[in-house]
Amino acid sequence: MKKLLLSTALAGTLGLMAAGPAAAYDDKYEAGVKQGGEMIVTYKDDVSTLDPAIGYDWQNWSMIKSIFDGLMDYEPGTSTLTTDLAESYEISPDGKTYTFKLRKGVKFHNGREVTADDFKYSFDRVTNPETQSPGAGFFASIVGYDDVSAGKAKSLTGVTVVDPYTLKIELSHPDATFLHVMAINFSSVVPKEEVEKYGADFGKHPVGSGAYKMADWTLGQHIVLERNKDYWKGGVPKLDKITFEIGQEPVVALLRLQKGEIDIPGDGIPPAKFLEVKNDPNYKDLIIQGGQLQTGYVTMNVKMKPFDNVKVRQAVNMAINKDRIVKIINGRAVPANQPLPPSMPGYDKAYKGYPYDPAAAKKLLADAGFPDGFPTELYVYNTDPNPRIAQAIAQDLSGIGIKAEIKALAQANVIAAGGEPDQAPMIWSGGMAWIADFPDPSNFYGPILGCAGATQGGWNWSWYCNEALDAEATKADSMVEPSQKEEREKLWGSIFTRIMDDAPWAPIFNEERFTMRSARLGGDDALFVDPVHVPVNYDYVYAKDVQ
Amino acid sequence: MAAYLLRRLGQTLLILIGISLVTFILLYILPADPARQIAGRSATPETVANIRAQLGLDQPFLVQYWRYATGLLHGDFGRSYLQKTEVAELIASRLPATLLLMAGAIVSELVIGLTMGMVAAVQRGSKLDQGLMVLSFVGVSTPQFVIGILLLYVFAVLLGWFPIGGYGTFRHLVLPSLTLGLLGAGWYARMMRSAMLDVLRQDYIRTARAKGLARWQVILGHALPNAVLPIIAMIGIDIGIFMSGIVVVESVYGWPGIGQLAWQAIQRIDIPIIMGVTLISACAIVLGNLIADLVAPLIDPRIKLR
Repeated sequence: MKKLLLSTALAGTLGLMAAGPAAAYDDKYEAGVKQGGEMIVTYKDDVSTLDPAIGYDWQNWSMIKSIFDGLMDYEPGTSTLTTDLAESYEISPDGKTYTFKLRKGVKFHNGREVTADDFKYSFDRVTNPETQSPGAGFFASIVGYDDVSAGKAKSLTGVTVVDPYTLKIELSHPDATFLHVMAINFSSVVPKEEVEKYGADFGKHPVGSGAYKMADWTLGQHIVLERNKDYWKGGVPKLDKITFEIGQEPVVALLRLQKGEIDIPGDGIPPAKFLEVKNDPNYKDLIIQGGQLQTGYVTMNVKMKPFDNVKVRQAVNMAINKDRIVKIINGRAVPANQPLPPSMPGYDKAYKGYPYDPAAAKKLLADAGFPDGFPTELYVYNTDPNPRIAQAIAQDLSGIGIKAEIKALAQANVIAAGGEPDQAPMIWSGGMAWIADFPDPSNFYGPILGCAGATQGGWNWSWYCNEALDAEATKADSMVEPSQKEEREKLWGSIFTRIMDDAPWAPIFNEERFTMRSARLGGDDALFVDPVHVPVNYDYVYAKDVQ
Repeated sequence: MAAYLLRRLGQTLLILIGISLVTFILLYILPADPARQIAGRSATPETVANIRAQLGLDQPFLVQYWRYATGLLHGDFGRSYLQKTEVAELIASRLPATLLLMAGAIVSELVIGLTMGMVAAVQRGSKLDQGLMVLSFVGVSTPQFVIGILLLYVFAVLLGWFPIGGYGTFRHLVLPSLTLGLLGAGWYARMMRSAMLDVLRQDYIRTARAKGLARWQVILGHALPNAVLPIIAMIGIDIGIFMSGIVVVESVYGWPGIGQLAWQAIQRIDIPIIMGVTLISACAIVLGNLIADLVAPLIDPRIKLR
């Protein structure tokens, strides 16, 4: 059997692994940093669950990442794939079989060693409909998924335990994103005995093999994580303890940070205080800016008149002044011209998009048969700043004669309206916008712009379905060989710019991320805007007061 | 008395059934689908349907309500859709904090309101009286989130006398109690003032003065007890007013009570929690009113329960 590795970056990492297990792991963050100390992170809302099969919001995402491990992970502060509990892996030439060799001696927090059986159990659990995992769909490419999903089988036939340290996963079709899927939280390994012990409350009593373990969870008040002293990655995590204080308004959290009582306001800098804090020389060095795998967009329902006319959709694209909208949110974003965010592989830097040109937009509208415009509705999530942004959009649209009535609703109601074929002509995605699950362009296509998402209850709110592009998307995702990486990204990029010819969206901006930290916390800036860990990479930031 | 109590408890039960039914209907007709929220954005329609069936959301309304109501009779409030925790456990973990906050608010509204009212009545017509009445008006009409942020900023951030939000010690309790109690204090000041003025006009006060008692002895020993008793009976009703205030106050101060829980649940349409908190609040309000009605005749023999 011909064996190959997915990417050259990974091959390099694996070379290091062979030289000395775990020791040389991410040297960049090891150098001279002592373990110890603690930090306090605040949040407004309760932590919903720490069950890796269930948790799917930014608040619990990185907590789960720190408590659990999977086969794959990302290098700290980057979106570069690397191995985690897998020591190495092989991909068959047809791209359909992945064989993972597991690291030996890794232990769950309860002291038992992690083996291939645990991964098999974890994958069966996350795909079992009774688990009600929001991430089950990520595993759809594994052989046997359909039977498990339909409740006809309890176990994925495509996942085989070869021996305690070897796991074989067969896919029904080649999937270039599969290693990313192995790095998301839903693929974390969980110990069967603890899951069975706690049943539905496992999410409140999480037991994993990660850098931190649960020490205390007082509902509605705080969660305390303690350093896992037996963590397989020597020298990690840096802190002895992280306390998450719950129920803190962002404004209050900011005041407490300024008084030195807390270290990270988990919900970020409150919008109303943003400029004040950012322009204050005292805090200049404590605010770290980074990109996000996020795009804010206006969807236009191509199944509803008059948005079934491409000229109308193009006119909308040209009528909106994106620079002004970015100003409304105090410059916390950059204007967008295509669905992919700039930091996503496949982003087309050369693509210019639709210019802001109300006169041309008005002409397009007239060509489409609406010289006087038309009335329509713009759905929006009712929390600040989204209604303000929607107002600016509506104002711009009224400039070319489109009278958009703003419907500001609770998030769930907007999502429900978008999932109906005939309800929401336009939706501003803010507050519900697509943030990538993993740093791969395919994640921005299927559910939100592909035919698969254009179903009742789906997330393709523009109901755009282009079968030719769907076929190209499938082709792109079959390019699993490392030599095809560039070609694949290019193909993805062109899929998204070709979507823009049909203009089912008006991309508005890509949000930037701003993390504020206390002066006590140290670590590379990249750790504080880690693309996979929000707000910060808990495993690698350290306390300066113990150095 | 026993018959009265029985009748009132019967009424209470009916009210609770009514409230649970109305809340259930409102949540039922919401266009949002909890199964879709749970299933997440990568779920297939089959997965969503599966979850809907597991939660019984595909059943007709009456079946759903009947299941919920029979669960309630066994003390089962259901499991939160998003927190995946028993609602009874979530409420039980937060109720003590809310009760403590309410107790603090009752103390602060009584101390502040009664003192202001008494002083204003005794100094009737003076500048002090006018000033206190304006102040009470401000207390009644200022939104609680404004008072909350203001107190927090002045006494916690600028002066540093109290912690900036949080829970645990007596010092944590002071500002939230004041914020929640100020509204009531304004009302109590006004009620106390007029009650006190009424009492001060009575013959027995004149008699007491004529006996040669000092003015403060008359006010504190004779007038105050008579003026204050009918006001005390209002505390039960306050509980209902507090129930709406705790949502705001608990959010501002990061107080881990059921108000915060309710607010989060409403934003996420976590129906079991919304139902649970609504019912617990309704119970508290109904019981508060019942207590107020039961206490009234003990304080004022002219009131008879029928």
